[in-house]
Amino acid sequence: MTGETNGTAIRVESVSRHYQMGSAVIPAINGVTLSILTGEFVALLGSSGSGKSTLLNLLAGLDRPTSGAIVVQNRNLAEMDTYELARYRSQIVGMVFQAFNLLPRMTLEENVELPLRLAEVDRAERSSRVREALGHVRLDKRLAHRPSELSGGEQQRAALARALVNRPSILLADEPTGNLDSATGEEIMLLLKQFNEALRMTIVMVTHERPLAERFAHRIVTLADGKLISERGANGGAKQ
Amino acid sequence: MKFGDISELAVRNLREAILRNSLTTLGVAVGVASLVAMLSLGVGLQQFASKKLSSTGLFNAVFVASRSEMGDFDRSRRNAAQNAAQPAAPLDEAARQEIARLQNVTEVYPEIRFMTEIRYANNPYPTMVAGVPESARADGAFDGMQGTFFSGPAADEAILQIEFAKELSNDPSSLIGKNLVLRYAERQALANSSARNSSSKGSASSASGGFSVVPHEQQLKIVGIVTTEPGGGFGGFGRSRVFIPLQVAQTLSATEVNDLRSVLNGSSANRDYASLTVRVKSPKQVEAVETTIKSMGFATFSLLDTTRNLRLFFTVFDLLLGIFGSLALAVATLGIVNTLVMAILERRREIGVFKALGADDRDVKQLFFAEAGVMGLIGGVFGVFLGWLIGRALTFGTNVYLARQSLPSVDISAVPVWLAFGAIAFAVIVSLIAGLYPAARAARLNPVEALRYE
Ligand SMILES: Nc1ncnc2c1ncn2[C@@H]1O[C@H](COP(=O)(O)OP(=O)(O)OP(=O)(O)O)[C@@H](O)[C@H]1O
Ligand SMILES: [Mg+2]
Repeated sequence: MTGETNGTAIRVESVSRHYQMGSAVIPAINGVTLSILTGEFVALLGSSGSGKSTLLNLLAGLDRPTSGAIVVQNRNLAEMDTYELARYRSQIVGMVFQAFNLLPRMTLEENVELPLRLAEVDRAERSSRVREALGHVRLDKRLAHRPSELSGGEQQRAALARALVNRPSILLADEPTGNLDSATGEEIMLLLKQFNEALRMTIVMVTHERPLAERFAHRIVTLADGKLISERGANGGAKQ
Repeated sequence: MKFGDISELAVRNLREAILRNSLTTLGVAVGVASLVAMLSLGVGLQQFASKKLSSTGLFNAVFVASRSEMGDFDRSRRNAAQNAAQPAAPLDEAARQEIARLQNVTEVYPEIRFMTEIRYANNPYPTMVAGVPESARADGAFDGMQGTFFSGPAADEAILQIEFAKELSNDPSSLIGKNLVLRYAERQALANSSARNSSSKGSASSASGGFSVVPHEQQLKIVGIVTTEPGGGFGGFGRSRVFIPLQVAQTLSATEVNDLRSVLNGSSANRDYASLTVRVKSPKQVEAVETTIKSMGFATFSLLDTTRNLRLFFTVFDLLLGIFGSLALAVATLGIVNTLVMAILERRREIGVFKALGADDRDVKQLFFAEAGVMGLIGGVFGVFLGWLIGRALTFGTNVYLARQSLPSVDISAVPVWLAFGAIAFAVIVSLIAGLYPAARAARLNPVEALRYE
C-alpha cells in the first residue's frame, strides 16, 4: 500500500461454489483466485447475480466452497469445522450487511454488545468497549435507543459499530451503503476508510456504486457470472 | 456463550413475545398444577390414613396365640417344616413373662374377652366384655369418646360401646356416672377353689375338667361411651361392647371361650391365655420381635404385612395419579414445542445474525434450550403454587362437607417439600426435552439462507 511490506490477509485459490437446483447446477462462484493484503481496502463490483454476496459469505466462513481453498491468516477455512468457523467469525471477522440487520428488539447498546457476549468477553470490559465502538460512529448518545428509532444512516453506523466492537482484523461489508442516500452512503464510506487507515483493518466491501468504490478503495475487483473478470487499483489507495 | 448471557438473552426473548410465551408458560403451570394437585391428594390421603391407622396402636403390636389353637391364625404356613420341628408351646403366664423380657418389648397383655350378662335397671343384656390395657389410654384407641377413660388400671369402671349404650337407654349420655352389674361365670380350679368364693352368690355348676364354673356379680360404674370400635375391630377388643380395665378383667377370672377348648384339648391343668398382645417400641422392631416369638413356638400375627400392602397400594395409587397429572403436562410441552418452532420461524433472521456475528451451533441451541427451560421453571413454580391452591380448595370443600355432617375436619392434601421441588424439576426437565427438537432445528439453520432477504 504505502510501500510497507504487507502480509497476505486472505488468499482465495480457485474457489468454486456451485448451487444444485434440481438437476441444474448454478456456478455462483466459478474458479476465483484472489489475494488480499493485510490492511487493504478492496471493493467487490459486479452486476446483480454475479456472485459477490456468495464470495463474501465464503470469506466470512458462513458458507463453504464446493472446491478450492480460502486461506485466511494462514488457516484454510475449508478445513475448519463449524465451531472453528464460528470462532473465526467471532475473533477475526466483522460483518456489515446491506439491510443493517440490527436486532429490532434490542437497544443499540445491546446490539453492539452481542458480539462481545458471543466472544465471551468479560462483562466488566464490555460496557466500555460498546461505548468506544459507538463513539467511533458518533452514536454514543443513543445507547438506549432501539434501531427503529434511528435513521437509516444511523442504523448502518450502529451496524458498523457492532462489526468493529470485537476489534476484528478483517471487515466484510455487503453493500453497506445500499439502502442509503448518497450523502449518508458517503459518510459510511468515510468511516470505513478511517478504520482502514487508523486500525490497519483489511476491508472487503461489496458495492454497486462504482464511483464510491473508486473514491475509497485501494483496489476494485469485478465479478461476472461467478468469475473474476478484472482487478485493478483505484484512486482511493496507493495500490501499485 | 456464557451461562449468564444465555439465560439473560433467553429471558429477554421470552419477554418480547410476552403474550404467547405467557400462555405457553401458563399451559405448563396448569400441567404442573394438575400433577401437584393429584399427587398432593395422594400424599395427603396417605398421611391421613397412616395417621389414623397408627393411632390405633396396631402397628407396633404383635399378636401371639398358641400354635395348637390357631391354625388359621398362623399366616406362616410356608414355614410348615420349620414349625413342625418346634413343639407348640403353651401360652401361659410363664410364656407371657418370657415374652415381656424380650428386647424392645414394652408391654405384654392377654386378650381377655368373655360373655356376660349385664344388668341395668333390672333388665338383663347378654354381651361380650373385653379387658382394656392401660396403654390404650395413650395410644388413641379411645380417642373421641364421651366421658373419661378409666380412672385407674384397677378401677371398677366400664366404658360402653354406643350401640350397646343405646340398648340400655334412650339417652346414652345420661348413662355416664350410673352403675351397672356384671354377671359372669368364674372359673375356679377344683383344687384350690377359695379365692373369690366368699363373694360368690350362686352355687358351683358342674365342670368336666380341672375347674368349676361359679356364677358371680360385679358392680361397675359407667365412665365413658365410645362411638367408634376401639382398635378398628382388631387387637382383642373386637366385637366387644363393654370395656373394663384389663386388671379388673383378670381378677374376675371369668370363664373364657378358650377355656372350653383347652378342656377339649386336655391341657387343662394350667390356665392358658387365648392370645397375648405384645407392644413393641416402634413398628420398625415388630419384625424382629415377631420372629423371636415365633421361634419360641407360638403363632404370631402383626399388621406389618398390612402396612406394607398399604404402602404398595399408595405407591400404585400415587403412580396412577401421577400419570394422569402428567398427561396435562405432556399436552403443555407440546405447547412449548409449538411456541419455540414458531419462534424459530420468526427469528430466522436473528439466528442468522447471531451466527454471522460468531455464534456457533451450540450457542443457538443453548439459547432455545434455555428459553424452554425458563418457561418450564416459571411454569413449574407457578404450577406448584396453583396445585397447592387446588389441594387447599379440595380440603376446604371436603371439610365444609364434613362439618355439615358434623364430622371432624381432615387434611386430605399435602405438598411436601420433595413434591414441590420434584414437580419444578420435572417441569424443567420435561420442558428441556420439549426444547430439544426446536433447539436442534434452530442450530441447524443455515445462516446464509437466513440472512438472504427480508
Ligand atoms: N442458495 C442458493 N441456491 C441457489 N442459487 C443461489 C443460492 N444463492 C445464490 N444463488 C445464485 O447464485 C448467484 C449469485 O448470487 P449472489 O447472491 O452471490 O449474487 P450477488 O452478486 O450478490 O447479487 P446482488 O447484487 O443482487 O446481491 C445467483 O444467480 C443466485 O441466484
Ligand atoms: Mg448480493
